[in-house]
Amino acid sequence: MITCAEAVRQLWEYLDGVVDETDREAIEHHLSFCRRCCGELDFAEELRRFLAQPDEPDLPADVKARLLTTLTELEGPA
Amino acid sequence: MCADEPTAAVASRGSGFHALAERELPRLYRLARRLVGDEAEDAVQDALLKGYRAYASLDDEVAAPAWLTAILVNCCRDRGRAKGRRVEETELEDADEFSLYRKIAAEDPFPYSDSLHLDFLHQFGREDVRAVLAELPELYRLPLVLCYCEGYRVKEIAYLLEVPLGTMLARLHRGRKLFERTLWDYAERYGLLKENARR
Repeated sequence: MITCAEAVRQLWEYLDGVVDETDREAIEHHLSFCRRCCGELDFAEELRRFLAQPDEPDLPADVKARLLTTLTELEGPA
Repeated sequence: MCADEPTAAVASRGSGFHALAERELPRLYRLARRLVGDEAEDAVQDALLKGYRAYASLDDEVAAPAWLTAILVNCCRDRGRAKGRRVEETELEDADEFSLYRKIAAEDPFPYSDSLHLDFLHQFGREDVRAVLAELPELYRLPLVLCYCEGYRVKEIAYLLEVPLGTMLARLHRGRKLFERTLWDYAERYGLLKENARR
């Protein structure tokens, strides 16, 4: 049996799939009866989605042109 | 380019690297934006230069994208070091036990909400998330971005950042906690803890 604090401390690792078999079973057992930790788990999943949302613009055309020029210059004269 | 290097070898290296780099540019630029913000273009330029010089020593073409990513990540780190952004891991111990879930529940910023935690996250626009990540020390921001924004596996990140797996797991843990705490601090600072702040 693990405590809420122990379960919560490992929730992200659990979601990342980097806890070992014993810890995974202990966490899942804890989640089977602890509503608050299930709430923590749901929120951790939301935070992961929140972080994963695409938030950077595509490569701007002018930046791409300058970087391609760099590449061409690296190769030297044809 | 070496003065006595055969022209055919130089041409072959150039075309191979050019094709690789051109293919990877959008991904490299996006990653650099997340790691060093407005310095992204300079970081990618640095990576292209270093990659071109080292390309001849690359044995495995299949590994080329990961190889070039590692070079870019190092260039981004160099930029962070040059600005003295590095922090010691011991400075952040107080963040380790922070739980944003419990903080939101305890403070109850939106008393009429029936989805309190989700409503908290919905207050943040894309610029806010970027700003919160930018506030994190590089030591923790890099693993966090690589893992949760870019989808790298923990082992791959440990390889990219040249640290043992256990160290990487600890940094990710602290990075997540620090991210949670910074989200809350940011929300307080910029008035996001008010009902309908962003609607």
